Amino acid sequence: MTAPPLDADARLVLDGVSAGYAGSTFDLAPVSFEVGRGEVVGIIGPNGGGKSTLLKAVAGVLPLRSGRVTLGGRPLSEHRGRLAFVPQREDVHWGFPGSALDVVLMGRNRDIGWFRRPDREDRRIALESLQRMGLGGMEHNHISEFSGGQQQRIFLARALAQEPRLVLLDEPFTGVDTANRAVLHAVIRAFAADGVIVLVATHDLDEVQEMTTSIACINRRLVAFGPTEETFTPETLRATFGGQLAVFA
Amino acid sequence: MSDLLLDPLQYPFMQRALAEIVIVGILSGVVGTLVVLRGLAFIGDALAHAVFPGVVVAYLAGASVLLGALVVGALTAVGIGVLTRNRRVSEDTAIGVLFVAFFAVGIVLISRQTGFTRDLGSLLFGSILGISTTDVLVSAIILVVVLAILFLLLKELAMVAFDVTLAKTLGYPVFWLDLLLLLLVTATIVVGLQSVGNILILALVVTPAAAARLLTDRLDHMMAFGGAIGAGSGVVGLYISYHAGSSAGATIVLTATAVFLVSLVLAPKHGLVAQALLRRQGRHHAHHAHALEDTPPA
Repeated sequence: MTAPPLDADARLVLDGVSAGYAGSTFDLAPVSFEVGRGEVVGIIGPNGGGKSTLLKAVAGVLPLRSGRVTLGGRPLSEHRGRLAFVPQREDVHWGFPGSALDVVLMGRNRDIGWFRRPDREDRRIALESLQRMGLGGMEHNHISEFSGGQQQRIFLARALAQEPRLVLLDEPFTGVDTANRAVLHAVIRAFAADGVIVLVATHDLDEVQEMTTSIACINRRLVAFGPTEETFTPETLRATFGGQLAVFA
Repeated sequence: MSDLLLDPLQYPFMQRALAEIVIVGILSGVVGTLVVLRGLAFIGDALAHAVFPGVVVAYLAGASVLLGALVVGALTAVGIGVLTRNRRVSEDTAIGVLFVAFFAVGIVLISRQTGFTRDLGSLLFGSILGISTTDVLVSAIILVVVLAILFLLLKELAMVAFDVTLAKTLGYPVFWLDLLLLLLVTATIVVGLQSVGNILILALVVTPAAAARLLTDRLDHMMAFGGAIGAGSGVVGLYISYHAGSSAGATIVLTATAVFLVSLVLAPKHGLVAQALLRRQGRHHAHHAHALEDTPPA
């Protein structure tokens, strides 16, 4: 399964994207913005404001209520294998019988294709990704034997193994210690340097200021969007978070 | 000793019963692995109840019970698939209301017949000693088909079981994969109905797989162990019931339960004894007991 080639100046375009959980009355007013390759976009806003909803809509996990998402002028569905979602640790079933290598190889499933098993090349890429995440030599350990930070690194290795064009991170800085935070920073920078577009949903404003090139402020609608140095201002943050931002002032 | 093992084999009905229980044991142990990992035990139970009117109608019409159950089971699986897709319905409640009512329909239908207690007994608790050669053949064909599908799609089914978000992100048809899994579970339950009956089949699907999970941390091994424990419990249970004159289905289920309990205590890594030893060691090497040495890359 080959995804269409991607030009250096290709852009990720969200055009009037709205989404929500079935049966929920939560509404995210249509969101539109676009970013170029190598950008790291912080999606920020109060809890319940819709940042996770937006991320999952782009990921294809939630169906879109309206609008469309394109990368390089093509629907995101045509890039599926190259779209990596790094979930929160609680979203996954850690009692599942599988090794770190098994989990990373799952990221290659679209490349492997239906009815096939991973070949030598898939295994090489998976092992190399685990090695880059400092988990070399532990590939056969069961996933529950790893610490929280290591489990996140298994997911990052899986994202690496997808050879992604777009990486979506859901609250990646939550409960992560200093050492693992440094790894996370290095991976995000490496993705960006490779021309990968990174979307990070987070409530950690220090990280947003340090790591992102642009921010999208979400509170049931797109409150503001732009380069981080211009948009990350007390005024926009107050407009986004309302009264919740006592900490920041 | 050899008489104990060989004596029952002189009867054709025991030969058929042994062949059938090996098929049912492998099928339920292997498919049960996915039932346990996906937490589908309740849905499995509902399926077993829901196919009952199909069984009864086929039985009263003199048609193949297996066929009747398969048809109703497939319809039910589709119904559950659609129901669980729409999150507005609380699926537990809907399944509880609807499918147990199906079961009652089956009971009402058969209770109008004369001599229904005996018929009811054989349908509810299975009649593996009365199994026909055709039934054994059909069961074998279903086993081969189910194993082939699992062999071809295990990678995808495992992904959906572990991380459904990944499957959706990669653009996999999760609804259809879920439906396929439900149909595999249905086929397993329907095949098992004749041997151990509606009431006990769930135990045969869940227990060997649960025991297997205690014995290994690998999915393919868990399936193999599940199948082996299912078939082994079936054969041992059948022999015990032959010699003890006890109900075949119930004895088979209790044998599987015994294997589970032994695994729970003695399994090499996840057993209670091993866990206690690990905790004791952990006092000396505290960090080894919990997580692997943590050395993030520079």
